[in-house]
Amino acid sequence: MDIFVQQLINGLTLGSIYGLIAIGYTMVFGIIGMVNFAHGDVFMLSAFIALIFFLILTTWLGISSVALALLIVLVIAMVLTSLWGWAIERIAYRPLRGSFRLAPLISAIGVSIFLSNFVQVAQGARNKPTPPMIRDVIVLFQGENGYNVALSYKQIIIMATTAVLLTIFWYLVQKTSLGRAQRACEQDRKMAALLGINVDRTISLTFVIGAALAAVAGTLYLLNYGVVSFNDGFVPGVKAFTAAVLGGIGSLPGAVLGGLIIGLIETFWSAYFSIEYKDVAAFSILAIVLIFMPSGILGRPEVEKV
Amino acid sequence: MNAPSITTSSAQDTAVPSRFNLAAALKDAFITALIALGLSIPILSYKTEQNGSDLFLASRWRLVAIFCAIVFVLRVLEHAFLATRAARKALPDPHQATEPVHAEPSAYQKVSRFAIPMFLGVAVSFPILVYLVQGGLNESRYWVDLGILILTYVMLGWGLNIVVGLAGLLDLGYVAFYAVGAYSYALLSTTFGLSFWICLPLAGILAAFWGMILGFPVLRLRGDYLAIVTLAFGEIIRLVLINWVDLTNGGAGISSIPRASFFGLPFTAGEGGFADTFGLEFHGMHRMIFLYYLILALALLTNFVTMRLRRLPIGRAWEALREDEIACRSLGINTTNTKLTAFAIGAMFGGFAGSFFAVRQGFVSPESFNFLESAIILAIVVLGGMGSQIGVAIAAIVLVGGPEMLRNLTFLKAVFGEGFDPNEYRLLLFGMGMVAMMVWRPRGLISEREPSVILKERKAISGSLVKEGHG
Repeated sequence: MDIFVQQLINGLTLGSIYGLIAIGYTMVFGIIGMVNFAHGDVFMLSAFIALIFFLILTTWLGISSVALALLIVLVIAMVLTSLWGWAIERIAYRPLRGSFRLAPLISAIGVSIFLSNFVQVAQGARNKPTPPMIRDVIVLFQGENGYNVALSYKQIIIMATTAVLLTIFWYLVQKTSLGRAQRACEQDRKMAALLGINVDRTISLTFVIGAALAAVAGTLYLLNYGVVSFNDGFVPGVKAFTAAVLGGIGSLPGAVLGGLIIGLIETFWSAYFSIEYKDVAAFSILAIVLIFMPSGILGRPEVEKV
Repeated sequence: MNAPSITTSSAQDTAVPSRFNLAAALKDAFITALIALGLSIPILSYKTEQNGSDLFLASRWRLVAIFCAIVFVLRVLEHAFLATRAARKALPDPHQATEPVHAEPSAYQKVSRFAIPMFLGVAVSFPILVYLVQGGLNESRYWVDLGILILTYVMLGWGLNIVVGLAGLLDLGYVAFYAVGAYSYALLSTTFGLSFWICLPLAGILAAFWGMILGFPVLRLRGDYLAIVTLAFGEIIRLVLINWVDLTNGGAGISSIPRASFFGLPFTAGEGGFADTFGLEFHGMHRMIFLYYLILALALLTNFVTMRLRRLPIGRAWEALREDEIACRSLGINTTNTKLTAFAIGAMFGGFAGSFFAVRQGFVSPESFNFLESAIILAIVVLGGMGSQIGVAIAAIVLVGGPEMLRNLTFLKAVFGEGFDPNEYRLLLFGMGMVAMMVWRPRGLISEREPSVILKERKAISGSLVKEGHG
């Protein structure tokens, strides 16, 4: 029971990070129908940006309040990663609209390879550890044989940040004109353009929002694990994509739901079955969901137009 | 993306003035450089260095300044280039063809008539040429080794070309079949003591079998989803190879795999060896040269089979499937069989290449079969022009041989400093190359090729006339 509760907490923490990344996949797929293969690497890049700014703030500017530093890092990482997201869309994806079907995916694979190797060349191939920023934990209850079920402050921060940002994001998509434009483009791009929506700008903004949420995920990932390396984008990226597909690609609540499910499956699988095969589990879920229920839990069934 | 895009042109076209406007170009270039500056903060401007357990930062603003300056200059040049091209295009071209399909052989065909025999000649005589140029067997070792490496990638590229280029199924897990081939040979030879010549066809069959197994579930998927599922399968196979320690010895890999023999004659110094039988003096390079010709033969076999298959109904069905699956099905083509044969035959050649890899290295480990390897093979196929055999070969030479060539250029060291290793930048350039290729030449370097089936006279089909998938 105690292990179960602990794993539940860990799983929800991990799941929030996956959910934040998954939104980027699902929004892009919804609006232009491409798998943004590079999104995982954008996430990794944002973790590096957060790491460097955290070092700047703590060692050079001498900010001692962790909460303040974290807030500043979060905002800066979101802004700079959004710029990357915008630039990637502008350079690698926009010229390909109207090209053959596989072109955007191949281009995205190119961007993914480029980003991970760019970070490797620029920052070195070694793991980058940071000193643990927040150590405090709240002991929820004491289980049998002295096993403490603990909820750490960083887990609270991760879940709270995710909840707040998702609320803002939800408001943005549901209540603002930008969100309306975006949903319109998702349904019918040509019609939206005829009604005077700037489709290019809307698509750009989709990438920017996706990248900003990936930056939040990257910062929280760094906070949670305290270490990042240049090839950390691939596996979390695939898992987040799995989350997006599981929740129903194109569906925003689905992405968050899928993220939480994948996070829980991963932690419980590691705790009760085998930690070696946890990635196999994630990849298998991806394959199984894509093959047997491609519309996911909350997604609309895909209608094939001839 | 079914909807014809009505929005693509606006941003780009307005950025191209009909006459070169220096002020506007400079302003735009300045903005671009500013964005480049934003992108390089902080990844490029600060490097995290490690000192014990502490991280500290080293700033590199000079590098950022150089980078932004390069971006600025390139952007101005791009504007100048686009403006002159736009001005040229404004004049009507006197030779403008109304019919884009020429009856005469195109420039590409004229070139290829000489280029293909030349390539073949160079490939066949490569060890001899290297021997003559380098003046000794020992000196030519590096070059023959490089030749083997390039030919392995040529073969893998041709194998993947069947799946991606001909059948239009984007396979991101091709390296799984390469791994199946390599591990088949490694396990069969170390546990049962089977020879390479028995294992080679077995490895191919096993890989083809796996191609079918993995092909079955993905039959219903198309495009992106198919690509992602094959990626998942590739990763699953690699993770199983790492974790199934009893069978594969895990991440440590399988070592001391038996070497190939010359049809039963081992490459050893003693009695009954290759050198002894043919009355030569023993030399380690004999084995290398034999391996070179072995992979050349395997690669040519791949090419030959592909070229022949393209003329058979099955090959034509592959190409039809690539162009339009729904039309294909309406015309009564069994898409299930068509896809499965493409997967199986592509996988079979991957298996051959894998078993060759195992016999060349004498060592296999799961690390050789990660996703990056799949991506490199895919990059070779994409850059070469999907479906073009000669293009894939050229791309393999450029992508695999290129970085090696760069390493030998000493002046690069003088420019970039002593520790400069072009191999570090190899994948960076691969990634950029894949994007650039999709943006400028989505059909690859060689986008023109002869149709597989010809009615009466030879015509060139330009890549732009053929659509792929559901574009």
